[in-house]
Amino acid sequence: MAELNLVQKVKEKFPDKMRELWEKSPRRIYVTVGKEDAKDVVRYLFGDLGARFITMTALDTRQGIEMLYHFSFDALGKIVSVRTFVPMPFPEIETVSLIIPGAEYIEREIYDILGVNFRNHPNLKRFILGDDWPEGEYPLRREHKGQFPYRTEEEQGLYRKHISKKGEK
Amino acid sequence: MRTTIPIGPYHPLLEEPELFRVVVEGEKIVDIDWRTSWNHRSIEKLAESKTYDQVIFLVERVCGICSTSHPIAFCNAVEDLANIEIPERARYIRSIVAELERIHSHLLWFGLAGHYIGYHTVWMWAWRYRELVCNLFEQISGNRQSYAMMKIGGTRQDIKEEDYSRILKTMDELEPKVNMFIGAVLDDPVLLARLKGVGKLSKEDAIKWCTVGPVARSAGIDVDIRRDYPYAAYDRVDWKVIVQEDGDVLAMAVVRLLEILESIKIIRQCVEKMPQGPIAVEVPEIPPGEGIGVEEAPRGECFHYVRSDGTNCPARLKIRAPSYVNIPCFRSRFIGERVADIIIILASVDPCYCCTNRMMRIDDGTGERTLTEKDLLKLSWEKTERIKNKFKGCSRSKLLE
Repeated sequence: MAELNLVQKVKEKFPDKMRELWEKSPRRIYVTVGKEDAKDVVRYLFGDLGARFITMTALDTRQGIEMLYHFSFDALGKIVSVRTFVPMPFPEIETVSLIIPGAEYIEREIYDILGVNFRNHPNLKRFILGDDWPEGEYPLRREHKGQFPYRTEEEQGLYRKHISKKGEK
Repeated sequence: MRTTIPIGPYHPLLEEPELFRVVVEGEKIVDIDWRTSWNHRSIEKLAESKTYDQVIFLVERVCGICSTSHPIAFCNAVEDLANIEIPERARYIRSIVAELERIHSHLLWFGLAGHYIGYHTVWMWAWRYRELVCNLFEQISGNRQSYAMMKIGGTRQDIKEEDYSRILKTMDELEPKVNMFIGAVLDDPVLLARLKGVGKLSKEDAIKWCTVGPVARSAGIDVDIRRDYPYAAYDRVDWKVIVQEDGDVLAMAVVRLLEILESIKIIRQCVEKMPQGPIAVEVPEIPPGEGIGVEEAPRGECFHYVRSDGTNCPARLKIRAPSYVNIPCFRSRFIGERVADIIIILASVDPCYCCTNRMMRIDDGTGERTLTEKDLLKLSWEKTERIKNKFKGCSRSKLLE
């Protein structure tokens, strides 16, 4: 019963907010919504339909930062992913961790690695990057060169000197 | 007076350096904060520069204990992306390897839990029988850990027919021992006093913090990826999902122990029903698209999201390990508990955990004192001793030792 209705329910609830609905396979459903509507859809899936929040994925794409909220309907064996795009260069989106406390840490992680600002987040602090990581460096953004600037120029110079001395011996 | 006890953040031996800031008032815990990733290995970033075949070896090294869960989840994701159907025999082999791993992981956890509360006999015995499984793995795959058995489209190695008898023999040897452990846990008044009602997780909190695996199942949530998203051969054999209602440390121990029996059941059936045939299919070029793979690791649901742009390397790989969602539930479970119970509650979710090796107590900025893991363990052991003494005489015969 509920299985048949799941897609329809979401469609009926958000008739004009849904930009795209893609059923990749019977067990995988992707829903694309606008950035402002993501929170409402998440609230509907988690609060009203009782889905389990799995995690969030964020990627840097040409359309901006792409965010996916993955939900699992365990009883039906379906994963619903809500997709939304957050435009660059100042990505910002409303937090969902007030609805789902379990989303707090993954939002902090995305804030760290992609620099997305989550509005009204209860505790938006560094989570996985080191405290000495420079501000404004986001390792999973496309423009990031994959260099990890742990040391200052001076320190790097000292280090190179140290290495070359070792070689002389 | 509030005192903050930082537990962590790292030690050379740790797999997962994490820091818990536990705020206590006297003996009582009033708040906890979590911080992790001191040893961030950038596996998600690294995966973008490796080919699909190499990524399997990379994700195998995400975790040293559940080293086949991540490869299976990744293979599931890529097979979902490219619509690959794996051969029957590969399904059974995947199930056997995953279930053997669950047995050794749960035994490892059970031994450590015994160690943390001062039951060293449990520790020695559980690890002794874990050794049987590790040796079995050595015979099947050549490695005791990191088996390298998985491959997109099937498995990399076959399980030979001469190994079947040893698998079945090991299962026969393990089953009575696991039953003995279950009896020991449920009958021992000291263990009951020590574990029952400790670190309770309510059903609402389990949903709120999105917990998975044995932690969720011990709190009455009926979720098991093996049944809900059937992969490998789990829909072809007969087994049941273990669910308990209490959500305390005891329930988590019982769920894990009973799951070992289910795993033994699954392995026996898989060996009996193992079909003949190829173990892998030819994998076409991975098309552009996206795929989601889930797998029930010993600690819970393991989630992989793969985005492909049509090249031979994934454009993005997102990994969500089960401990990532199981650990935040401490924020509900710790409140009101005692310091002596910290170690067993931390251990109860089975986070790849060995992080209490360095500990520092700060008394309201007046001074610093460094405690070691030994101090935490001592607190825990003393509590067990106290309970043991209380029960002395009345039920000595029931004690495990």
